[in-house]
Amino acid sequence: MAKAPAVIKKRTRSVGKLPFMGYRRENGRVGIRNHVIVLPLDDLSNAAAEAVANNIKGTMALPHAYGRLQFGEDLALHFRTLIGTGCNANVAAVVVIGIEPGWTARVVDGIAKTGKPVQGFAIEGNGDLRTIEAASRVAQQFVMWATEKQREECTIDELWVSTKCGESDTTSGLASCPTVGNLIDKIDPMGATTCFGETSELTGAETEMVKRALNKNVADKFMGVFNAYQGMIERYKTDDLSDSQPTKGNIAGGLTTIEEKAFGNFQKIGHKTKYVDVLGPAEMPAKGKGLYFMDTSSAAAECVTLQAAAGFVVHLFPTGQGNVIGNPIEPVIKLTANPKTARLMPEHIDLDVSGILRREMDLDEAGDRLIDVMIRVCNGRYTCAEALGHREFVMTKLYQSA
Amino acid sequence: MATQFIVHDKKDTVGVIVVEDVKPGATLEGWLMEGDGTVKLKALKAIPLGHKIALVDLKKGDTVLKYGHDIGRIVADAKKGDHVHVHNMKTKRW
Repeated sequence: MAKAPAVIKKRTRSVGKLPFMGYRRENGRVGIRNHVIVLPLDDLSNAAAEAVANNIKGTMALPHAYGRLQFGEDLALHFRTLIGTGCNANVAAVVVIGIEPGWTARVVDGIAKTGKPVQGFAIEGNGDLRTIEAASRVAQQFVMWATEKQREECTIDELWVSTKCGESDTTSGLASCPTVGNLIDKIDPMGATTCFGETSELTGAETEMVKRALNKNVADKFMGVFNAYQGMIERYKTDDLSDSQPTKGNIAGGLTTIEEKAFGNFQKIGHKTKYVDVLGPAEMPAKGKGLYFMDTSSAAAECVTLQAAAGFVVHLFPTGQGNVIGNPIEPVIKLTANPKTARLMPEHIDLDVSGILRREMDLDEAGDRLIDVMIRVCNGRYTCAEALGHREFVMTKLYQSA
Repeated sequence: MATQFIVHDKKDTVGVIVVEDVKPGATLEGWLMEGDGTVKLKALKAIPLGHKIALVDLKKGDTVLKYGHDIGRIVADAKKGDHVHVHNMKTKRW
C-alpha cells in the first residue's frame, strides 16, 4: 500500500499546476508510459503479434478476440478502439499485423495521423513466419528509437484521467468513490481532462446525473444513451439481473440493488464538477478540457479499454471486494476503503483509504493522497496491476458478426 | 467508541456496518455523515462488514432510502436493527 508520507501531502496542496514528468508526443499529447505495441487487427493475427513481441524485447502484443466479419456500428467501434489504442499518448510506436492488407492499412492510416511511427504487415500470401520476421525487424527499430525518448515536465492541464469502479461494495460508495470525486473536484478547475462511464450502473441515479450535465443539450444526450442501454437490457434480460448486475461480489460486499450501486458509482464525480459532453464508446473528447461521460458497459476491462482508446493515460479504480484489473497501455491505480480487502489483497491496492471509515482520515486528505499517488504513477512508478502483469485488453462487441 | 456503522444522509432508513465482528444484541455506535452526528442502535443479527442494518422498522412494500435516495423496496418485513439485504429487499428496476 502506497501510503503517502505527510510531507508529500503538503507539497501537492502548495503546487497549483501539479507538474509531472511525461512523454510529449508528436501531436502534442502527453503520455506517462512509452510502450511500443504490436497490435493485431483480428483474432487470426494474435499468434504473429505475440511472436513479434517475444522476439523483440520491450515491445508488447495486445491480443484480442475479434475483427472478422463485423459490420455497421460494431465494425466502426472495432476500428475506433484499435486506432485509438495506437493513438494513445502512452504508446510511442505501433506495429500492426492483420490477416489481409486492406483493413490493416485502415488501422495504420488512423494511427499515422498522430505523427508517431507505425507500420502494418499482412499475413495472407506471406504466412506467419515471413510476416513475423518482417514485423520484428521494424519493431526492433521502433523500440530502439522509443527507448531514447526522454520524459519532460508536463502539467495537470495536459493530463487525461479516467475512472471506473469495480467489484464495488458499500465501502466504495462511502469512501473510495468519494475519494476519486474529491480528486476530480480538485483537478477539474486546474484544467485536467477526465472521464467516467458505466451507463447501466447509473440506473436509479439517472435523475441526479441529469442535474450534473453542463446544460440541457448534454443532459438530453445522456438520457438518450441511458435509455438506449436500458432498452438493450430490457430486450435481453431473463430475470432481474441479480448476480450479474449487481455481481455476486457486489452482493457479498453488501450491495443489494442496482440503484444502491448506482449512487455509489455516482460519488466518483464529486460534488461540483459538471460533465461537458457525452461520448460514444472509445470516442475521443472534442469539447476541450473538463469532465466527460462515456457510454460504456460496466464491465471493468471493457470500460477501461474504451477509455484508453479515447486517449486517457491514467486510470483511477476504486474497488470494494478486490477487482484485480489492469490495462496494457493505461496504468490502473487501485484504491479501496474496505479494510478487509486492504489487509487480504495488499498486492493489488495502490492506496488504502479505509481510514475514512474509522474517521482517522477525512475525504479532503484522502483526495490529496490519491493526487499524490497519481502524480507518482505519472512520473513512472508502476501501479500494482502493472507490477503484477495485468493487461486486460477487451474489445466491446455490440452484436454478432455477419 | 469506534464507529461501527455509517449513515450517509439524515433521511436514510439503512446504515452500513463498517467493522468485521458485529454480534446479535450488540449496541452499535454509528456516524451520521450528514451533519457529522452520532446514532446508537442495537443489532438484532450478526451483520457482516459492508452489509446494511435497518435504522427503523421496515414493512413489506416500503421504499429503502440510502444517500437520501430510493435504492429499492422491502419484500419481507425487517425490524430496526435487522440485516437488510437480498433476502428482504429488491430492486424496483429490471
